[in-house]
Amino acid sequence: MTALRISDLGMTFDGKAGRLVALDGITLDVEPGEFVSLIGPSGCGKSTLLRLIGDLLSPTAGAISVNAKSPRQARLDRDYGMVFQKATLLDWRTVADNIRLPLEVMGFSRTERNRRTKSNLELVQLDEFADLHPWQLSGGMQQRVAIARALAFEPSLLLMDEPFGALDEMTRERMQMELMRIWSRTGITVVFVTHSIPEAVFLSTRVVVMSPRPGRITDIVPIGLGQPREFATRKEERFFELITAVREKLRGIEQSGDQP
Amino acid sequence: MRRYLPAVFLFIGGLAAWELVVEIFDIQGFLLPKPSAILAVYWEEQSVVWRAGRVTLIEAVGGFGGGTVMGMLVAFGVAHFSPLRQGIMPFAVAVSSAPIIALAPIFNAWFGSTNPVSKMAVVAVMVFFPVLINMVRGLTSVDSASVELMTSVAASEWKTLRSVRFPNSLPFLFSALKVGSALSLIGAIVSEYFGGPRRALGVYISQQASFLKLTHAWAAILVGSILGLAFYLVISVAERLIMPWHPAFRRADR
Repeated sequence: MTALRISDLGMTFDGKAGRLVALDGITLDVEPGEFVSLIGPSGCGKSTLLRLIGDLLSPTAGAISVNAKSPRQARLDRDYGMVFQKATLLDWRTVADNIRLPLEVMGFSRTERNRRTKSNLELVQLDEFADLHPWQLSGGMQQRVAIARALAFEPSLLLMDEPFGALDEMTRERMQMELMRIWSRTGITVVFVTHSIPEAVFLSTRVVVMSPRPGRITDIVPIGLGQPREFATRKEERFFELITAVREKLRGIEQSGDQP
Repeated sequence: MRRYLPAVFLFIGGLAAWELVVEIFDIQGFLLPKPSAILAVYWEEQSVVWRAGRVTLIEAVGGFGGGTVMGMLVAFGVAHFSPLRQGIMPFAVAVSSAPIIALAPIFNAWFGSTNPVSKMAVVAVMVFFPVLINMVRGLTSVDSASVELMTSVAASEWKTLRSVRFPNSLPFLFSALKVGSALSLIGAIVSEYFGGPRRALGVYISQQASFLKLTHAWAAILVGSILGLAFYLVISVAERLIMPWHPAFRRADR
């Protein structure tokens, strides 16, 4: 079964400034266990697309199916784990209690909540910090808590909106390694929004290149790098070739956009 | 403790200056008594003024509790239904800046001037509006990403209210309660000036003042101030205990 099927999707916003076509004719299939990145200049609708998949917005045209269900049904079935650019942890809850929050919402038993919280804290290597409050953690650690929170209820689809965008370069590379480790351990399907080309290439099985006004998919670049991705992957010639390939596609968009 | 030292020195210095000014300019005792004279009368009248203080404190706390509970309940409703919010909030802001204490004679007529309920009603109205306004602000000014997160896991409105909106509103609520704690003693005492239970602080003050026993009035004002301060401190301590996570109370070393 296809994990995510998007067919001829369109999204139009009617605002005060007039009509804005955010997305047009988006068609994309994602198989279970894939890691797909959406990349493109700002205004290409990649975050909007992610919100449409997660049923935080409703499309004006076309259809999405998640595990052969409507996005709404998938959301009600708790198929989505979401991670945003900001960790959005609740200050009044400890690290462990933040991870527990979705488990409480979903009515897991107390013992099950504790078990999952503990194992996911271990997964993101923060077990020592369970009883701290979010403000006592660094930005990278906060984002790891957000990832643990998203994974705690074992969703089938992980939606990530520039989760490492606010982190410094060193932390960012460490987090990417961490995410690869988690992804290969859990086998979860990931849709990942980014504007960093090396990030998209390093993480993904496929990179979806998007163009703005209206948001369209212009290219899909398969990333034929070996698994698991390791520190050494970043030094491979193939890695640089793929970065160049994605960059060329993005340049193509910019140049065609320059023409009247 | 050290950071309170300047305030303590200023307080003592102020009292000394007061004492000196009255002495040097030979101000009549019934116009402005010396602090030492007030303290002496306070010592004599202690049991009377504190009994009066107790009556007034019960009115203040009763009204404060009632106004807070009502304000919170209405705030939950108003925050939930946005059409209600647009209708009620401008009105609430307008009323809260009106001199509510002016209602005291009217509540006296309604509930009877010697009935403590008439004072509680004034206090409750005074506390109600700041609580309502702040609470609505706290419940609605939630980080939109937190709400999206709750939506993404199909959380109920109730769970979002309990786990996100309500804790988010606590700092707003407490700033209203701190204002309200001071307001409630003012409200109770001033409305007692228009008539109240025989042994209440405001009644005592206005009677002593009318006999020109101003030193006695001052002694009662001292008790009112101590009660107001104590009430404020209780709320501040509760604030720290209930939300140790608030940025103002955070300590880096957990």
